[in-house]
Amino acid sequence: MRFTLRIWRQDDATADGGLRSYVVDDVSPDMSFLEMLDVLNERLSAEGAEPVAFDHDCREGICGMCGMMINGVAHGPAKATTTCQLYLRDFTDGDTITVEPWRARPFPVVRDLVVDRSAFDRIIEAGGYVSTPTGSAPDAHAVPVPKADADTAFEAAACIGCGACVAACPNGSAMLFTAAKTTHLGMLPQGQPERYDRARAMVATQDDLGFGGCTNAGECTAVCPKGIPLETIGRLNRDVLSHR
Amino acid sequence: MYEIGTPVVDEKAPTGPLEKRWERRRFSARLVNPANKRKLTVIVVGTGLAGGSAAATLAELGYHVLSFCYQDSPRRAHSIAAQGGINAAKNYRNDGDSVFRLFHDTVKGGDFRSRESNVYRLAEVSVEIIDQCVAQGVPFAREYGGLLDTRSFGGAQVARTFYARGQTGQQLLLGAYQALSRQIHAGNVEMRARTEMLDLVVDDGRARGIVARDLVTGVVTTHLADAVVLATGGYGNAFHLSTNAKGSNATAIWRAHRRGALFANPCFTQIHPTCIPVSGAHQSKLTLMSESLRNDGRVWVPRTPGEVRPPGQIPEDDRDYYLERLYPSFGNLVPRDIASRAAKNICDAGYGVGPGGLGVYLDFAAAVERLGRPVVAERYGNLFEMYERITGEDPYTVPMRIYPAVHYTMGGLWVDYDLQSSIPGLFVIGEANFSDHGANRLGASALMQGLADGYFVLPNTIGDYLADGPFPPVSPSSVAEVTGDVASRLDRLLAVRGDRSPDDFHRELGQLLWDHCGMERSEPGLRKALARIPALREEFWRRVRVLGNGDGLNQSLEKAGRVADFLELAELMCLDALHRTESCGGHFRTESQTPDGEALRDDDRFAYVAAWEYASPPVLHREELRFADVTPSTRSYK
Repeated sequence: MRFTLRIWRQDDATADGGLRSYVVDDVSPDMSFLEMLDVLNERLSAEGAEPVAFDHDCREGICGMCGMMINGVAHGPAKATTTCQLYLRDFTDGDTITVEPWRARPFPVVRDLVVDRSAFDRIIEAGGYVSTPTGSAPDAHAVPVPKADADTAFEAAACIGCGACVAACPNGSAMLFTAAKTTHLGMLPQGQPERYDRARAMVATQDDLGFGGCTNAGECTAVCPKGIPLETIGRLNRDVLSHR
Repeated sequence: MYEIGTPVVDEKAPTGPLEKRWERRRFSARLVNPANKRKLTVIVVGTGLAGGSAAATLAELGYHVLSFCYQDSPRRAHSIAAQGGINAAKNYRNDGDSVFRLFHDTVKGGDFRSRESNVYRLAEVSVEIIDQCVAQGVPFAREYGGLLDTRSFGGAQVARTFYARGQTGQQLLLGAYQALSRQIHAGNVEMRARTEMLDLVVDDGRARGIVARDLVTGVVTTHLADAVVLATGGYGNAFHLSTNAKGSNATAIWRAHRRGALFANPCFTQIHPTCIPVSGAHQSKLTLMSESLRNDGRVWVPRTPGEVRPPGQIPEDDRDYYLERLYPSFGNLVPRDIASRAAKNICDAGYGVGPGGLGVYLDFAAAVERLGRPVVAERYGNLFEMYERITGEDPYTVPMRIYPAVHYTMGGLWVDYDLQSSIPGLFVIGEANFSDHGANRLGASALMQGLADGYFVLPNTIGDYLADGPFPPVSPSSVAEVTGDVASRLDRLLAVRGDRSPDDFHRELGQLLWDHCGMERSEPGLRKALARIPALREEFWRRVRVLGNGDGLNQSLEKAGRVADFLELAELMCLDALHRTESCGGHFRTESQTPDGEALRDDDRFAYVAAWEYASPPVLHREELRFADVTPSTRSYK
């Protein structure tokens, strides 16, 4: 297969960036998108040019490290798929593919396609946990959890923190990310004591970090590789607005 | 090639009845006065299940903790990719499980190359892990009655494996990450992400800090503490292709080894039987399919070598369900090492399927017929989707193709019962140490060990060491020596400006290890690898090409440093494999097998831990293993 790649190159957070074109013509449909970038980087490096920096680690779609805008879509054309799980068979031979980093104010570019997503860690630190020090736990069967609630919690807990939701949102909102955590913990009995404080603290933190507000555009859930549902945001709003 | 040194003894190992030993050690370990804890600093490197849980728990106890990871967030450590589950001796099923049975299965599964005391403690602590994780909100699978579901896993005859669909590692890691985040928020942990440890500071015989590189700015900094904990994972990526994350590396443990920490059983690596086969030369990593799939999938190959019919058109009579044939009582659920080698043997004999004949079928047709598609989807849906995405084939209708791949390393830095290495003040936890799995790890036991070490073992044992602290200031010359070494190494990598990429060297090294130190090892093969590795290393330092400079994010510089260390570690792996002329667990020596091709252990000569000291030539220190509560037997899964 042969592709023309237009890739965003930027030296660091303060430098100006721009799209540069590269032709790759020695790739096959069974290769992953990132393996194509590996091939390109080997070639660039052989030519004495700096390879394209991009984040990736597990390459199994679970660590959440990879992520780029591919033809304007977070993680590219396949539904419910991280960039690392995207295969070239999803593209048409001869395509021109534009590759850019996540673009959102709280995610500054580090270099090329690498961005700084540490703002997500700050949101979790603000309250995305159950305060239960090691050794303090009752027997695991002490509190049964209805299966439906456990399943809803699990569905939300599947978030990998990749940031696609923010990158896709016209407002640069982190609501789907935050709501995934508050729904995960808020659906379980263990999460009840801190449920409302947690929601308020996490939302206040994301606002302070410069993420935008949610206007229910739904772009987030459309690109989410784990299919976190939009209704989690409804649950978060309810928790934030509830008074005890 | 190597010298024999003095035997090594685990001086912390308690004696007395097995079931009292952990309690006794917890009592004999000195406590640190709460007021003194905040004056004590502990460095924890790595934020996976072991490192994340340890950092959080040590901070809860009141210590000042510095935590490091190379990823952009502590939540991304490779524990996250573990699929299948976590073992615990809860016996919620009333199916005959117990702490003793989990202990027994683990010692036997490890082919009698682990310590009874450690493994018993692991089994004991396993029940507390489940309680702790549920309290944190880990969304384990549940039954309709609201209680936790369990399943039998990878050769176990009791259902002791707790799971969260195929994402158990992710959910357990997020639990630890959230506990860690709480401590970061409270100011008890200073977190440094995108920071990679490049060396260990040893002063006056004690581990006192690390030298690390900020991967974004390129700045090399020194961090000092009263104790250092390495939780940096295994070294499976020495093989280039493995199920490890691309960034997983051995630099932290290898540098600690070079500074004096003994490295135990480096040749004990686990090849996992159910991975997606290699599809071509471009392959960048291998993807595991949870072995829980073997609970319902049947493994087979065509009876005719070179069969060309698609699997659906091959009638039952023309199929060889070889695991069920060779191991009638365990069938498709034989332990990993046995399943892997059986796949290799059948493919070597020409029966393999798919590209290059390196694959066997894992067929769900019978399961779909018996259970119905919805039940199969509930159990394995996400794994099937993952498989289809990678291969373009639908496992509901076409059998999966699987082949073994490097997955886990049982070897690692030698530690005593307190999880302290041979350098005082250097503790090693999780996959990075060698302690609990012997020569072969059972399925769903890695998550158990990581969390046991981090939540419950280390926080209790490290106090005994720290009770002597705070330690005096580190001498500036010790720091200067290590920072100088790190800087000159980075400069050397950047100065070569050769013509081969770090990846290219890594690929060649990986193939060499896979061929000669993989599923089967032989003296001629290992000697060949041992002759080639030093030459490859010499070539690396002459021809490696690293572009750019050290002043900012430079991914090829990171890669080159890691490959340089794999090139040293690989030699020790092969040397260890060569010296251990018996077969045991994941280490199969062709010279040591029974007439029907099963592993032949040699307890008279090799019932010991091989703890290697860094020297030229390397020095072997043996730690004898004694078995009082489980009688060494030949594993039989027939």
